[in-house]
Amino acid sequence: MTAVVEQTRTLTYAEAVREALAQAMTADERVFLLGEDVGTYGGAFGVTGDLVHRFGDERIRDTPISELGIVGAAVGAALAGMRPVVEIQFSDFTAQAMDQIVNQAAKIHFMLGGAATVPMVLRAPAGSGTGAAAQHSQSLEAWFAHVPGLKVVMPATPADAKALLLAAIADPNPVIVLEHKLLYKQSGPVPEAATPARLGEAAVRRRGTDLTIVATGVMVPRSLEAADELAADGIEASVVDPRSLKPLDGKSIVDDVTRTGRALLVQEAPKTAGFMAEIAATIGESPAFGHLRAPISRLCGLDVPIPYAPQLERAAVPQVADIVRAATDLVRRW
Amino acid sequence: MDLIGNAAAARQALVTMWTIRRFEEAVDDLFARGLMHGTMHLSIGQEAVPVGACLALSDGDYITSTHRGHGHCIAKGARLADMMAELLAKETGYCRGRGGSMHIADVATGNLGANGIVAGGVPIAAGAGLAVKMRGGSEVVVSFFGDGAVNEGAWHEGVNLAAIWDLPVVFVCENNHYGMSMSVSRAFRVKQLSERAAAYGIPGVTVDGNDPQAVHDAVTDAVARARAGEGPTLIEATTYRWKGHSKSDKNLYRTREEIEQWRERDPIARFEQRVAATLEDQEIQSCRDEARDAVRAAVRAAHAAPDASADSLTEAVYAR
Ligand SMILES: Cc1ncc(C[n+]2csc(CCOP(=O)(O)OP(=O)(O)O)c2C)c(N)n1
Repeated sequence: MTAVVEQTRTLTYAEAVREALAQAMTADERVFLLGEDVGTYGGAFGVTGDLVHRFGDERIRDTPISELGIVGAAVGAALAGMRPVVEIQFSDFTAQAMDQIVNQAAKIHFMLGGAATVPMVLRAPAGSGTGAAAQHSQSLEAWFAHVPGLKVVMPATPADAKALLLAAIADPNPVIVLEHKLLYKQSGPVPEAATPARLGEAAVRRRGTDLTIVATGVMVPRSLEAADELAADGIEASVVDPRSLKPLDGKSIVDDVTRTGRALLVQEAPKTAGFMAEIAATIGESPAFGHLRAPISRLCGLDVPIPYAPQLERAAVPQVADIVRAATDLVRRW
Repeated sequence: MDLIGNAAAARQALVTMWTIRRFEEAVDDLFARGLMHGTMHLSIGQEAVPVGACLALSDGDYITSTHRGHGHCIAKGARLADMMAELLAKETGYCRGRGGSMHIADVATGNLGANGIVAGGVPIAAGAGLAVKMRGGSEVVVSFFGDGAVNEGAWHEGVNLAAIWDLPVVFVCENNHYGMSMSVSRAFRVKQLSERAAAYGIPGVTVDGNDPQAVHDAVTDAVARARAGEGPTLIEATTYRWKGHSKSDKNLYRTREEIEQWRERDPIARFEQRVAATLEDQEIQSCRDEARDAVRAAVRAAHAAPDASADSLTEAVYAR
């Protein structure tokens, strides 16, 4: 194997997203952005930043507040040969656009017997932790993953924020990119090259022997932090980040659980009908089942809307200490 | 009602505008000192709209509000201490710490809720109006929203339903000229947003939203129409927010001069000048003092209240 030395620098997650957008726009003039306040304002979370000065307001297109119209316009532009990237200010507001996402974008390729494609990307900040309360803090990945025709990715590191977005833009299908708003200011190494990830490839972020923690979004760094604490206590945890929920790399998850014999599934979203139920079923239906030393365990957000008060908000979703406790319990009891 | 010549009305309007101003300044300060969390949308500079509008309402009437909803809540009669407690994440807050600024509501005074979704309250207002009509009541519903909301699908659908069913709703657009960073001139091809009323077959008027009397007169007329069963009205009140959209706004999309020009049209200072013949200087000063003292007392009471507790977090998800 030849080692490819990749030039990396430290970027924040937000900068990594911006770099992916800039590189994709430079490489392909069909790529353009549209969304509320993506121009001079620089995006509600500052992600688009100065792109309007580099690419102009035709390609970094500010829109009125009209999510359904924005996504519909992207569907139309994609059908007509462009590669639109939509920013929805908070993933919660995709609800306004759900018809265009679910009934149009996701289905057109199929309904037309493959005669047309909808190569568009919808980026949206997801998750809680900012005190923005119930209508600005949800984790809705299960909504989208449930719809055939959509692809769904959840980058957890700056490098993935770039690589997964590049993959989403290159993909001939509608791809939902759920960025976590608590991660925007996190920094990490990001390759300079515009190398897209392969969708449907999980990342094993840490390898252990005692249990496999599968986590998405901001629960990935929290699980890694928990794994460090567990290690200090003699428990070695794997941390697997699916990165792409649809397509899902079930094999990497199943392989790791087969090795460790225990699975702790961690998500921020409420438990009921959440995406980790899908992962649990994937493991349960696989040969890993025969290697399980413990029941598959889920640690999820409570089945409540996200509250405003910081102490309530923290109590509503898993924290590092909760992950440590759940993992310890799983290993010690079984 | 004559808010300029009638001393009691003038006093009430002035105290309420000052109360909103002082409340939001206190919020701004608490935020800056790290004592408040989340984000805040302040309506400083826009006080004349909720005050003029709510003075045209009676106790049983309803309002729906927005993410920029402190002023609406105060003007409709909410208790300041309970509002402040909510923002400070206390158990005694209006939403027991669950809602925060963007979901502040006092259902007892007819405030059906602030809303974190732009235009989310517009169809809800139509529905409340429908309930009134079906019950044969005489209440009206005032729906507050910003200029940005007027381009949302929910806005069009809500206004149309109210129009075709002659519902007792008054749609009050607080046109502060920006939806976050997007100016109305970039977001609309109509000159005045009240022109949109024509498409729904209802009256539309534009008034000076920095003049509580102008807002009050327009809303009073619209309320009379609504109570008489003649259906909704769209009122556009032109105003300006002095502060950024929220806590993360760098104000890159507008000029300092523009902000200055609007600050010179401060609704409160102008109103004080206009009521100078009705209220003595001393009386005006006492209105200011009253507002300041009320807000200070609210901050004190809120600070002293117990924090919202996570123990009961799952309680209010479903009604029992
Ligand atoms: C459906 C939806 N889209 C976007 C947002 C984000 N957002 C919150 S307030 C706002 C601007 C609203 O402008 P306007 O309606 O004019 O009210 P103003 O803030 O000026 O009072 C935006 C874009 C939101 N809360 N809801």
